[in-house]
Amino acid sequence: MRILRLLGEWVLTSLRGGGRMMIFLGTALFWIFLPPLKWRRMIARIHFIGAKSLVVILLTGAFTGMVLGLQVFYTLTKFGSEAFLGPAVALSLIRELGPVLCALMVTGRAGSALTAEIGIMRITEQIDALTAMALNPMRYLIVPTILAGLIAFPLLTAIFDLVGIYGGYLVGVKLLGIGEGTYFGEMETYVDLWDITQGILKSLSFGLLVTWVCCYKGFYAGYGAEGVSRATTEAVVLSSVLILVWDYFVGSVLL
Amino acid sequence: MSGPMVEIRNVHKSFGGQQVLRGVDLQVTQGEILVIIGRSGGGKSVLLKHLMGLLKPDQGEIMISGQEISRLRGRELDQLRERFGVVFQGGALFDSLTVFENVAFPLREKTRLPEEAIREKALTLLKQVGLADMGHKYPAEVSGGMRKRVALARALTMEPEVVLFDEPTTGLDPIMVNAIHRLILDLHRRVGFTAILVSHEIPEIFGIADRVAMLHRGAVVEAGTPEAIQASTNPVVRQFITGDPEGPIQPD
Ligand SMILES: Nc1ncnc2c1ncn2[C@@H]1O[C@H](COP(=O)(O)OP(=O)(O)OP(=O)(O)O)[C@@H](O)[C@H]1O
Ligand SMILES: [Mg+2]
Repeated sequence: MRILRLLGEWVLTSLRGGGRMMIFLGTALFWIFLPPLKWRRMIARIHFIGAKSLVVILLTGAFTGMVLGLQVFYTLTKFGSEAFLGPAVALSLIRELGPVLCALMVTGRAGSALTAEIGIMRITEQIDALTAMALNPMRYLIVPTILAGLIAFPLLTAIFDLVGIYGGYLVGVKLLGIGEGTYFGEMETYVDLWDITQGILKSLSFGLLVTWVCCYKGFYAGYGAEGVSRATTEAVVLSSVLILVWDYFVGSVLL
Repeated sequence: MSGPMVEIRNVHKSFGGQQVLRGVDLQVTQGEILVIIGRSGGGKSVLLKHLMGLLKPDQGEIMISGQEISRLRGRELDQLRERFGVVFQGGALFDSLTVFENVAFPLREKTRLPEEAIREKALTLLKQVGLADMGHKYPAEVSGGMRKRVALARALTMEPEVVLFDEPTTGLDPIMVNAIHRLILDLHRRVGFTAILVSHEIPEIFGIADRVAMLHRGAVVEAGTPEAIQASTNPVVRQFITGDPEGPIQPD
């Protein structure tokens, strides 16, 4: 009986939490379409999410591409088709690894900081102060962040993909001796526009997902330093899990 | 104007089983300075948040110049909030903005004044609280007392009709306490706002209050002029203003 009750309570709290998250998203989307937009805050947010994540993205992108070059080359030699290294690396990056890894890295780098920042604003009553001035915290805090996510994620993903393809080139062409023309030429043949569109759609949806989860967790952070640290952890974990789950669903629908 | 500026009627509020307010009744007339005293954790800040519509009562109502605020929505609620200025207990300064920007923030966001006028106004306010040369610093870089004064200046930028002060002097040195009290009195005389001030500064507040109300166990046990409160025969009030550890209020 006790187990049943605990289970029931758990299901109810999760449902309520999920419902609140949906309402939060709905409200935020509503305010996105209600001008005026706070441009300056949005640009500051793009800097915060995007520009400051650049180094991480460059590093992880390069090494992901290099690892791919190595591993895919090894696999392809088994079928005697090393010539397809270029498209294999490019397709894995553009369709899958670019958007996903980039989103995971940005979650760790910027998402956690976002949650902490908004959480601190909550516990130090800065959000209440905005409300008390009759300024809507959604407009001032959440909308610029979500829009910044929608802009920054695709750009970062594109950079990740490019650097990754170059990393694969370094390993495949310079190290393992595939012809330069083969690497890029086959890529042009096999990568079509739909693959790129799919990558962009994914990264857009991850941008929304990550900023939504991270803003929500910060906005409803509990009390004290402990509340903020718990919110931050939850935001990173939930974002990461949702990225992978969502990636599977989008992938299976778009394929 | 007819009737009280703020009227709190039988307000109840609990947080997850903990009853904080259990039937608060209080009236504030226009232009007066009402000081709320009461034990730490007694629900004074919670009461102030109800006046801003930041919290909603479980039961009872709050009328502000005749309007019941928990029924207001959107634009109407905003208009009401614009008539208020608040000094939050912790200051609630925006820590991504400098001291100067904090004070100028309401002007920048809520008015179409030219930059010149905004600068001038914000500087005047900072001067009044004695922080004219601190404008470029961030809230984290100034002392706790300075933060309180910045919060005070920010609350007054929009020339509100009602100002809520949540412990504007707690943690300041005695000279600063009196300076802030004098500043509040001074501004009150000049601007004529209605002030609701939560404070632990006994006996200093008796010098600035028009009326004092004591909140205890979630209700107002006594409200009256400073003289009446000081002469009160209610044992709870007596014990509180003398700070006697023995009596009906038990330290927990
Ligand atoms: N948002 C909230 N959620 C849950 N409990 C709360 C909340 N806000 C206040 N409380 C509880 O309500 C009680 C009263 O808090 P409040 O901050 O109003 O006290 P106070 O009278 O202002 O005390 P102090 O003089 O120390 O500032 C406290 O026990 C606090 O734990
Ligand atoms: Mg308080």
